[in-house]
Amino acid sequence: MRVIQFREALREAMVEEMRNDEDIFIMGEEVAEYNGAYKVTQGMLDEFGDKRVIDTPIAENGFTGIAIGAAMNGLRPIVEFMTFNFSLVAIDQIINGAAKVNLMSGGQFNMPIVFRGPTASAGQLGAQHSQAFENWYANTPGLKVVVPSTPADAKGLLKAAIRDNDPVIFMESEQMYGDKAEVPEGEYIIPLGVADIKRKGDDVTIVTFGKIYHRVAKAAEALAAEGIEVEIVDLRTVRPIDYATVIESVKKTNRLVIVEEAWPLASISTEIAYKVQREAFDDLDAPIQRVTMRDVPMGYGANMVEETLPNEGRIIEAVKTVSYKKG
Amino acid sequence: MSKDLKSKKYSKEQYLKWYEEMLLYRKFEEKASASYIQQKIRGFCHLYIGQEAIVAGYETVLGKGDSVITTYRDHCQPIGRGTDPKIIMAELFGKTSGISKGRGGSMHMFDKEKGFFGGHGIVGGHIPLGAGIAFAEKYKGTKNVNICLMGDGAVRQGAFHEALNMAMTWKLPSIFVIENNMYAMGTSVERTSNVTELFKLGHAYEMPSFAVNGMSVEDCADAFEEAVERARNGDGPTLLEIRTYRYKGHSMSDPAKYRTKEELNSYKDRDPIASVLSTINENNYASEDELKAIESKIKQTIEECVEFAEAGDFPQAGDIYDGIYAQKDYPFIKEI
Ligand SMILES: Cc1ncc(C[n+]2csc(CCOP(=O)(O)OP(=O)(O)O)c2C)c(N)n1
Ligand SMILES: [Mg+2]
Repeated sequence: MRVIQFREALREAMVEEMRNDEDIFIMGEEVAEYNGAYKVTQGMLDEFGDKRVIDTPIAENGFTGIAIGAAMNGLRPIVEFMTFNFSLVAIDQIINGAAKVNLMSGGQFNMPIVFRGPTASAGQLGAQHSQAFENWYANTPGLKVVVPSTPADAKGLLKAAIRDNDPVIFMESEQMYGDKAEVPEGEYIIPLGVADIKRKGDDVTIVTFGKIYHRVAKAAEALAAEGIEVEIVDLRTVRPIDYATVIESVKKTNRLVIVEEAWPLASISTEIAYKVQREAFDDLDAPIQRVTMRDVPMGYGANMVEETLPNEGRIIEAVKTVSYKKG
Repeated sequence: MSKDLKSKKYSKEQYLKWYEEMLLYRKFEEKASASYIQQKIRGFCHLYIGQEAIVAGYETVLGKGDSVITTYRDHCQPIGRGTDPKIIMAELFGKTSGISKGRGGSMHMFDKEKGFFGGHGIVGGHIPLGAGIAFAEKYKGTKNVNICLMGDGAVRQGAFHEALNMAMTWKLPSIFVIENNMYAMGTSVERTSNVTELFKLGHAYEMPSFAVNGMSVEDCADAFEEAVERARNGDGPTLLEIRTYRYKGHSMSDPAKYRTKEELNSYKDRDPIASVLSTINENNYASEDELKAIESKIKQTIEECVEFAEAGDFPQAGDIYDGIYAQKDYPFIKEI
């Protein structure tokens, strides 16, 4: 199978959909003439012109609202946030607007719109540029939230998101854009809300999603060398959550670790742990453990970043704790 | 004002001071750039090279109780306020000896004691904070003023317009400064609005608003003098659009392909440091030896900055919980 970059997979998804549907356009900062701050939209201005690939001023609240209004009036916008840190300038429009118009209008208005861009940390970028807001958006009924971890998933999920008639938050990572992996030729769709078992194992289930999956995969390799076989459930979508796949895996392994990049309080891991204790209490052989970003804003120094993020050491420790193989 | 008149208004000492200040800013940034390439500095790093006359201009008239707030392009403003450049460099290196204890990095310098309210990373987000700092001065009944710097890109944010409106309505002692270097990353001012003479945005709120030549430190100082006086007298805010240029890319990772070499050179030809130096030379304000002494003093300062930064310690892993809350025993969630 051919190997392409994560950013190319995203671009293919958008380009294929835009060729099929004139109502789709993309807007955001530096998406057109600069070819994207992270080159996701490279070449799209050339193909689709400035009617459909639109550079905006730095005015997130305004252009997000404009896109939502356009979606109410029949178009299918894709909004690129340079990073989701900046989506906070626009979060009123997303939470009070995009997520609610369908209900408030008694179903008269659909909201076929995608908000996409990188989330979470990307090196030593400091406190305001290193935040994972997956759980913030996932908390809001009316939205769907997708957080892919591989190029192949990214393409199929983004195509599904663009075709969806509800608002989808689609969260990527600066640190994954250059990742290369196999991506099937041609068009394919991965439905939203379906988790993927990225590694099979009988001993411990790890539930994760997004960029941090790659640290989990490495930890699983190391654990396999020690004889612990981890099953990795990549949620891919954190609203809705594919609870069934999680529960099924836990019923097999009887042990659960959840790994996510966001802060711990009221997070996706909190939610999963709640659901698993309710649905599979008798199947658990150990209390559930989780590894999250430390409960702090991100400092700048290299060792602060390493200490704050979930790392392989902490993931391995959590797996050993639920396996009672610690120390 | 013609060049001759300007030269007469400002003293020999002032010119030498400007020369030394602006040269220090530039050499500091050149060293930051070199250190970034050596990977001593990480993350995003935005340089001030070309824009030095703005800081030198307002520092000509600013007093000790006054304050400054800015964006992520924030290495030189604290130095202008009197922060020791060594601890700015140490911050860039991520050391605990840095001004923000290695927590902030390039984009988040802060020096409370010197009246520097920080380097902020969300475009436009700090503009209301600038107005709020001025609000507190008025509330406390001081004569202090706030300088709030922002890029040309920031004026398209709602926060800019909301802050200007309230600052004007409430006559806050604010000086809003648009550092118009003509680009927000790769986007030129013309591509973001029909209103490209940015000072005119202030007219929507009936705010005194002016365009200023940012390649001339005299023009900058003149404009700030008037604006600061207005604010101190209780006559409210001013908007200054200072027309300047950044010689380097937006950040260290931007090759700046969206602009021409000719355009860059047309600004370098009007370089604010070179033009101060030529005034000094034309008026025999300093001998060659005296100028050499200034330059070698700056060279020495920069070397000391790097030595100091190198010698410092990185924060310890356990330090991540420090300085987040004022409450000392805040119960963080601590798990594996
Ligand atoms: C709300 C927000 N959106 C986007 C960004 C990304 N960003 C950082 S700097 C910048 C350009 C700002 O340009 P300008 O205001 O002209 O300031 P300059 O960098 O030229 O000093 C952008 C888009 C951000 N930091 N915050
Ligand atoms: Mg600019």
